[in-house]
Amino acid sequence: MSQTKLLWRLFALMIGTLLLLPVAATADDDDEDEKDPLPFSDLVVTEPAQRFSEETGCVAPESEMRRNHMKYILHQRDETMHEGIRTRQYSLEECINCHAVKDEQGEYVRVEDERHFCATCHTYASVKIDCFQCHSDVPVRASKLRKLQSGLAPHHPTEPFAGKLASETLQLLTNEDQAQ
Amino acid sequence: MSDTSKPMDPSRRQFISKTGAATGAAMIAPGVFLTTPAQAKPADQPVSNDKRWGILVDTNKCGNGCNACITACEEENGWGSANPSEDHSSPEQKAQWIRKVTIRDKATQHVTTLPLMCQHCENPPCVDVCPTGASFKREDGIVLVDKHICIGCRYCMMACPYKARSFVHEDLKDQKPWAPRGKGTVESCTMCVHRVDEDGTPACVEACNATAGGALRFGDLYDENSEISRELKQYGGKEIRADLNLNTGVRYRGI
Amino acid sequence: MKQVLKYREIEGKSTGFWILLGGLGALIALALGAVLYMEHEGHYVTGMSNQIVWGMPHVFAIFLIVTASGILNPASIGTVFGKTLYKPLGRLSALLAIAMLIGGLMVLVLDLGHPDRLIVAMTYYNFKSIFAWNIILYNGFLAVVAIYIWLMMERKMNKYYPAAGFIAFIWRLILTTGTGSIFGFLVARQAYDAALLAPMFVIMSFAYGLAVFILVLMAAYAWTKRPLGDAVLFRLKNLLGVFIASVLYFVAVYHLTNLYAAENSGVEHFILMDGGIYTKLFWIVQILLGSLLPLAMVYHPTIGKSRPAIATAAALVIIGGFAQLYVLLIGGQAYPLEMFPGYEVTSSFFDGQVNSYSPSIWEITLGVGGIATSLLMVTIAVRVLKFLPVSLEDAVVDPHAAKAD
Repeated sequence: MSQTKLLWRLFALMIGTLLLLPVAATADDDDEDEKDPLPFSDLVVTEPAQRFSEETGCVAPESEMRRNHMKYILHQRDETMHEGIRTRQYSLEECINCHAVKDEQGEYVRVEDERHFCATCHTYASVKIDCFQCHSDVPVRASKLRKLQSGLAPHHPTEPFAGKLASETLQLLTNEDQAQ
Repeated sequence: MSDTSKPMDPSRRQFISKTGAATGAAMIAPGVFLTTPAQAKPADQPVSNDKRWGILVDTNKCGNGCNACITACEEENGWGSANPSEDHSSPEQKAQWIRKVTIRDKATQHVTTLPLMCQHCENPPCVDVCPTGASFKREDGIVLVDKHICIGCRYCMMACPYKARSFVHEDLKDQKPWAPRGKGTVESCTMCVHRVDEDGTPACVEACNATAGGALRFGDLYDENSEISRELKQYGGKEIRADLNLNTGVRYRGI
Repeated sequence: MKQVLKYREIEGKSTGFWILLGGLGALIALALGAVLYMEHEGHYVTGMSNQIVWGMPHVFAIFLIVTASGILNPASIGTVFGKTLYKPLGRLSALLAIAMLIGGLMVLVLDLGHPDRLIVAMTYYNFKSIFAWNIILYNGFLAVVAIYIWLMMERKMNKYYPAAGFIAFIWRLILTTGTGSIFGFLVARQAYDAALLAPMFVIMSFAYGLAVFILVLMAAYAWTKRPLGDAVLFRLKNLLGVFIASVLYFVAVYHLTNLYAAENSGVEHFILMDGGIYTKLFWIVQILLGSLLPLAMVYHPTIGKSRPAIATAAALVIIGGFAQLYVLLIGGQAYPLEMFPGYEVTSSFFDGQVNSYSPSIWEITLGVGGIATSLLMVTIAVRVLKFLPVSLEDAVVDPHAAKAD
């Protein structure tokens, strides 16, 4: 009989723990929110090569971006895909252009690498994204331009995408190219 | 190069600088920009149904054995020879956004070649059958696949009378940022929508006019002053499988 | 002496029962392994391509889905048309309908390019798509039949089950019309694009469904050593004969209509004359083995009364059904798209050529896994719930012996 009792207690304990777990988790979350306006602030995230603006840093305040970047990207995705709206502020391509991370050899790291800007948090939070099944995880346009640039104007010192929208960069490069 | 904000690949740029005046010719040859002044759509405005984009193929000028349009499309959109990561798929499985088709009249033995791609129908069967609405037609008549909501059922491929669509059979790498494509989704010619939105010309049309026979015209079918409309009015242009009454955006002359 | 109709769970303690469960489980495990492999690698490991877009998984899936609809026949005949003899078969019939549909949908979904986006398929609808309608029809069918079963089994609710049976009957006719229309609405391909495909699929569902039902019924009663009388079995096999003949009629009309139109003579010539494997499958497997032979067997005065012969006939109908769907699906795609009538066509993308297809082991494993899933569901369900009558002896089912309920 005592064995049955023991089993029952164990069972009750298990159920109790299971019930309490979510409560504990939410409590923890609230706590974190109060103390820390930036989720994942304990992660070392590589600083982007440049800032969108002085006040906000990224295209929206950083705390907003950390929580809701997916909403901006989703909204932009549907507008671009279906309506041909191609503003660049919230475009995934520009995210990549700014936030691309390079390794020791100076090559852009791919999304499989934890140092990749998106991968850093997403690996930590175990949130799988399938953006890069189709989308480029490195700034192809910029890297291509860089090659182009080094071939055509080797003296040019800056990163081709630094502080510029891609199309403006191209315009600049094209003008230079033609001037030579 | 105000007609496109996309970088061209180095080899093409080299070609243009070597041939000197070709930069200008590349823009003039399609004719669109001469007759209808470039009026770029502001980036924050949606496309409208005031325009309907189309391509006219003059098969008499299309060279047998010439693949300029296909190579240009591959380079621009990163498929075929321009994307070596698609190396497990068999030739039957590899994507082809545009292909050269050779047809021989059984009665007269007359041979014609023509490029065949998505015909951008006004009434596209692929759009009708798609269960999620991933296959859709933009206001300006360009038929696209929204790969974000494509579940890979391939019903659109069953429905397309032109075999214009391909399914990606394996993981891809190094896609072009302006032409995302990936495993498990269906894709097809986008009429270079990323160029069109920035007032450009599809890569195939540009290449055909720059380096080949000038068999392709791109433009607004609703604008009666556009070169494509004027040529269509003067010489006519047929639809492939006109019996289906799909009112295609791609028309052919000489078949 | 009148016997009472009683349902009871099967005992499910024999070694055979566990072997059956284990075997089906193993097949399902293999199928899931195949799916993981196909999804991880991509569809290049399959025989499907941009030329043959739909392959073996679709043959299996459509067979199961079509069968699911037709297998509800015994229940419908009992409930809607009030034939007392069929009433004891209602529960099993409805159970099989649910199980076969889930098996078929599983195969269909697991072959998608993005099965992980199933939620997208459930949340984004294009109401112009017959495929989207089918998603609703399939889910609705599962719900309607589940309620139907519950009303049949719950004594207190018993009086409502004829209404549910009627709804289920109408629903599945629409459902199979929808499945046939997946092909009927395809204007692009010569082999499809016919309104006739919808009713033809309905009739096909009757034949396939009844064949599977007969086999499952015979197996279940033989393995559990419950009595199965000739009255039920002979009635079912005679009905099967009617359905086989009806399918033959539709196949004949379909091909005659196509032959008459010059634009379709190419594809007809291909399927009927020189399509290689498709021609062989059509004439030898679908027509000879799958239709004429079982038709002769079930109506033969002596062979038609032999149980092994009835089982064989049912199995032949199933094999013929697979051949029919294979010829229609794969053969229909193998024949090149007719884009330039009067021209010889060549290209780098196999235009103008007959496309070849060899199914990979992964596709077949997935399809077999779908069948195993259906059968496993049935096996477990009859073990835990009262689906099977204890006896289907003539004295139990014979309308003259048993007054209605």
